[in-house]
Amino acid sequence: MTITDFVFYMFSVVMVTGGLLTVTARSPVHSVLWLILSFISGAGLFVIMGAEFVAMLLIIVYVGAVAVLFLFVVMMLDVDFVALKAEMSRYIPVAGLIGVILLMQLAMAFGPWSFSEGFEARLGSPTPPVEAVHNTQALGLILYDQYFLLFQLAGLILLVAMIGAIVLTLRHRTDVKRQDVIAQMMRDPKVTLELKDVKSGQGL
Amino acid sequence: MTIGLEHYLTVAAVLFVIGIFGIFLNRKNVIVILMSIELMLLSVNINLVAFSTFLGDLTGQVFTLFVLTVAAAEAAIGLAILVCFFRNRGTIAVEDVSNMKG
Repeated sequence: MTITDFVFYMFSVVMVTGGLLTVTARSPVHSVLWLILSFISGAGLFVIMGAEFVAMLLIIVYVGAVAVLFLFVVMMLDVDFVALKAEMSRYIPVAGLIGVILLMQLAMAFGPWSFSEGFEARLGSPTPPVEAVHNTQALGLILYDQYFLLFQLAGLILLVAMIGAIVLTLRHRTDVKRQDVIAQMMRDPKVTLELKDVKSGQGL
Repeated sequence: MTIGLEHYLTVAAVLFVIGIFGIFLNRKNVIVILMSIELMLLSVNINLVAFSTFLGDLTGQVFTLFVLTVAAAEAAIGLAILVCFFRNRGTIAVEDVSNMKG
C-alpha cells in the first residue's frame, strides 16, 4: 500500500463518515461542522487527483462561504430543532431501503466501467503535461478562452443570487429610531431657536 | 492495487446516497435538507474531477467550477428564502410551507 492509497482511503473514510454524521447529527450546528469536515476531506481527494485549483476553491467557497452562511442562519433562527428531529427514527427504515436500492443501481451503472478504444483522440480539451503548464494556469487558459461565455453567465448567476438574497431578506423596520439626514439638514434655526436679549444683572 | 477511477466513483456514489438518505431522514428540517443537497453536489464534483483526471481532459474541472457556482448561489437563495419564511411563520417545518399557494 503506497502513501497515495493510504491518503485516499483516509480522506474517503473521513468524508463518508462526515457526510453520515451531517445527516444524523442531533443539532444543526454539529451538522454544519461535520459538513465542513466532509468538504475539507473532499478537497483532499481533489488534491490527490491533481486538481489543486478546484480543491482550494472548494475550501474557499464551500468552507469559507457556504458553510459559514449555514452556520450563521442556524444560529440566527431561533428554532426548536428537537421537535423537528422527533420523528426522525420513523423514517430510518424507508430512507435506508431507498439508499441501499440507489447504491445498488449506481454500482450496476458504474461497476463495469471501461473507456472505449481511441478515446484520447476525442477529448475536448486534453490536459497539458504538468511539467509545462500547472493546473491553475491550464484551467485559466481553457476557462477564459473556450468557456468564456459560460464564465460570464456564471458571474451573472452569482449577481442574480446576491441581488435576490438581499431583496428577500431586506426589510424596513418602523419600530426603531433612525437618523433622518434630510430632516437634520433642513432644520431651520429661526424656527427652533429663540434669541433673547438679557440685560446684565437681571434674570429672565 | 493502485487507486483507479472505480474507487473515486464508489466514494462519490456512497456520498450521493448519503445525501439522498439525509433528505428522507430530515424531512422536516429544511436546513439539513439543504446541507444534504450540498453533499450530493460535492459527490457530483468528485465524479467530474475523477473523470477529468483519469481521461486527461480538463473540461471536467471547468464544469466543477460551474457546479460550484450554482451550488453557492443555490445555498444563498435557499437560506434567504428560509430566513424570509421564518420571519413570516415563526417556524421552518416543511409541512407548513403549503400556505405558499399564491
